[in-house]
Amino acid sequence: MSLITIFAVFFRIGLFTIGGGLAAIPLLREELVGGGWVTGSEFIDMLAVSQSTPGPIGINMATYAGFKSASFLGSLSATAGMVAPSLIIIILIARFMSHFADHPVVRSILSGVRPAAIGLIAAAAWFVLSNSVFLMEWFPGFGWFDVRAFGLFLVLAFAYWKTKTYPVYYILAGGLAGVFLF
Amino acid sequence: MIHELIDLYKIFFRIGLFSIGGGYVMFPMLRREMVEDRAWISDEELLDYYAIAQATPGIIAINTATFVGFKRRGVWGAFAATAGMVTPSLIIITIIAIFFSRLQDNPVVQRAFRGIRVAVAVLLSFTVVSLMKKTVRGALAVMISAGAFLGITWAGFSPIPILLSAAVLGILTGIAGRKKSAETIGADGDGAK
Repeated sequence: MSLITIFAVFFRIGLFTIGGGLAAIPLLREELVGGGWVTGSEFIDMLAVSQSTPGPIGINMATYAGFKSASFLGSLSATAGMVAPSLIIIILIARFMSHFADHPVVRSILSGVRPAAIGLIAAAAWFVLSNSVFLMEWFPGFGWFDVRAFGLFLVLAFAYWKTKTYPVYYILAGGLAGVFLF
Repeated sequence: MIHELIDLYKIFFRIGLFSIGGGYVMFPMLRREMVEDRAWISDEELLDYYAIAQATPGIIAINTATFVGFKRRGVWGAFAATAGMVTPSLIIITIIAIFFSRLQDNPVVQRAFRGIRVAVAVLLSFTVVSLMKKTVRGALAVMISAGAFLGITWAGFSPIPILLSAAVLGILTGIAGRKKSAETIGADGDGAK
């Protein structure tokens, strides 16, 4: 498969991914499995690797699929294709914002959108909590939470509250504690 | 100029390297590096970028990186930040694709990930509380935050209709506010700490 085709396919995926990496999965599946790049079970493996390694899932998937079809240059073109729509669109929006940031309509829009963005981050926090400490889909029932994970949560939360050191240290500490605790 | 581009690349390399288990953890790290340590952008600006990154095409983490990079150093800044963000993926995934494609089945890796998810939950919870304290002012803003939270977790909406409704509410209160020249909801983008 030519590098230009790889770039074009991932450009299309990047362009139609709206609202998070998970939204890209059906698209990726359609392009990669439907297009005969990888088999269905290879796709599942790729997804598992992409979710359990550092970096955005969409970028990991692009790198992996690109590497499978054309080695290292393939992973570079796939990743470049995936980020190109973001670069173009966001630079245009950022240009616009730098001229119109003080316009009353832009200010009103942002004053509504900011609290909503916090709500979205809170939802992300809830999503991670329900996948690590509470172990359930949406709202907590009774007695269905992981005691050791909850203990680790309390310890890390207390440490963070007291020290406020770099988030990276907590990720490392969490990973290390997880190996011995679970 | 070059120094700051290298700084942007390094910061986003670090963020990409430690964005484990989904892009969520990016926000606390970005906030620490950009708002708290360097004061390069304000909390309000970071929230604006995050909201726009959600509602536009592309991967949220990449959109946010592009936005922050552009804000600091124009087009080259956008490129430096985005390149930094994807470099760890390129290196790590390439190594995995060559050597061990069944890494995720390793029980030690799985246990480490359970611990990392707990740490990410801690970081996100503190970020939410601190952002609420600093930027959410007024009953309407609290209601929008709560509505967005419930819209995602309870009603299962996607972020885009939620952000669009919040934008419309913002415009409506803006119009109402100008009529009685009352204060607007939310915060003004003046980087208040």
